[in-house]
Amino acid sequence: MIELSSIKKAFNQGQPNEYWALHGIDLTVEAGKVTAFRGPSGSGKTTLLTIVGCLSRPTHGRVRFKGEDISGLPERFLTDIRRQSFGFVFQQFNLIKGLSALENVILPAFPTGRPRAELVAAAGELFDQLKLGHRSAAKVEWLSGGEQQRVAIARALINNPEVIIADEPTANLDTALSREFMAILEGFTAAGKTVLLTSHDPLVVESSAVHRVVGMRDGRLVDG
Amino acid sequence: MRIWLEKQRHLIDFTLASLARRKTKNIGLLLAYTLLVFVLASLTLFTQALRTEATFVLAGSPEVILQRMVAGRHDLIPPGYLDKIGRIRGVQKTEGRLWGYYYDPVVKANYTFMARPAEEIADGHIMVGNALARERGLALHNTISFRSYAGKLFSFEVSGVLSPDSELLSADLVLLSENDFRKFFEYPAGHYTDIALSVANPQEVRTVAAKLSSALPDSRPILREEVLRTYQSVFDWREGIVLTVLAGAILAFAILAWEKASGLSAEEKREIGILKAIGWETGDVIRMKTWEGLLISLTAFLLGFIAAYVHVFHFGAAVFEPVLKGWSVLYPKFTLVPAVDGLQIATLFFFTVFPYTAAVLVPIWRAAITDPDAVMR
Repeated sequence: MIELSSIKKAFNQGQPNEYWALHGIDLTVEAGKVTAFRGPSGSGKTTLLTIVGCLSRPTHGRVRFKGEDISGLPERFLTDIRRQSFGFVFQQFNLIKGLSALENVILPAFPTGRPRAELVAAAGELFDQLKLGHRSAAKVEWLSGGEQQRVAIARALINNPEVIIADEPTANLDTALSREFMAILEGFTAAGKTVLLTSHDPLVVESSAVHRVVGMRDGRLVDG
Repeated sequence: MRIWLEKQRHLIDFTLASLARRKTKNIGLLLAYTLLVFVLASLTLFTQALRTEATFVLAGSPEVILQRMVAGRHDLIPPGYLDKIGRIRGVQKTEGRLWGYYYDPVVKANYTFMARPAEEIADGHIMVGNALARERGLALHNTISFRSYAGKLFSFEVSGVLSPDSELLSADLVLLSENDFRKFFEYPAGHYTDIALSVANPQEVRTVAAKLSSALPDSRPILREEVLRTYQSVFDWREGIVLTVLAGAILAFAILAWEKASGLSAEEKREIGILKAIGWETGDVIRMKTWEGLLISLTAFLLGFIAAYVHVFHFGAAVFEPVLKGWSVLYPKFTLVPAVDGLQIATLFFFTVFPYTAAVLVPIWRAAITDPDAVMR
């Protein structure tokens, strides 16, 4: 489903502080499976996820999504693909403070022009699935860490994407909440979604919900 | 089209929610903005209404007034001038006018005395302007005495108070008979203050004026359009004074608005990053912020303009009245006829709404083109 070939990524290229975060990654990600990237900080996990999720472009190499080369597409088309095909769960959740859980969840669907009633109904279903219905009107800063993460998950799912990208999803959760997240993850694969996540939490990478663990170090794959 | 509209609705919803999140800051900005529009709109509405009023009132005045000049000063029209004018083609009517100023020490104000034909006012009677009547507590059939410049006391019965509709120009007016006028001011017989000429065809006014100048070289014709232009200039000048005084406040607001609009907080930048990461295009972010700028500036414009309209046309522009109407002892009291000039609204709109909306966009565009992966780092 996703093919990466010779992916390299440099930051501040051509400047004295030039830094290569990825040094030629070749990888194929299977559809409908959970793939976890494991590695120490600075190993390039997050950078790789941003490239896969169309948040940034590789400096070298090709990214193919469902057979189509997307690495050279202009920003507008990348945004379209990102909105339709990828859902993101960020490490810090990145919810917008001052807005209710419901408002946060329907935000990614605004550019699609779907009617509000339809969006609210879709968000309601997601809240029910994630057992968060009673908190939909609450402002996100009033929610607990676990609740905030579930809001972030619901937001990632509102456009019904094929791929979920989660960056260190359990980094801010305790063990019980981390297990809860893994249970939600199993629900994703049952629904046929592809999941890519980064983690160095053993609870995640050793979980049966994860089908494949890809090790990374210094911008290279070390095992897989 | 439906999708586009739905999208704009979502963007407006989000903008309103965003504005509500920073309530204190935005309400403060809206108030300052509204106040500025209110002051500017009051000023333009009021002066425009005065101009309209002056035009309206002057519409009934003669097309040409002829004054005699001696050593560059206005002098009395001697006997025989009316005959000298004779029959100039295009002139419908000529009339010698008698008027002068009188200082009333009781209210420390100057009145304008003007003679009217005997059929309008009988000897021993006067008609007074509304402001004067108010100031001196005069009503119909009251008697009032004025001491003439020669020291003689004259008593008059008030036979009418002029309609408040004309108060802008008749506030200090005293109308009396020709006989009384000549006696009161000891005006020489056969002399007049000036001559009023009615010209039917407005196209001929300048030709008539040229003919008058050549027939009576020691006189100057004053055209109604010139008087009107003088009024306009006076109002423009007064408007300019107020604007100069307000310049500091306008500048202060401009700085406040620029600071608010151009300086994006770290929180706002982070939010833009999040929106881009979850699938918003750069264009969506810019459109959302454009709505924000438009909503603030349009609301301020509407509130300020409506408040100014009420202030000017229902409360007589109480705030600017002393400066804009002139410095006088007898202030006319009148209700302005609502006169709104489309071009003026457009100008005000352009200079208040447009700069703010534009100021909002520059920093947003810079923030909106940043890479969406910033939120992952």
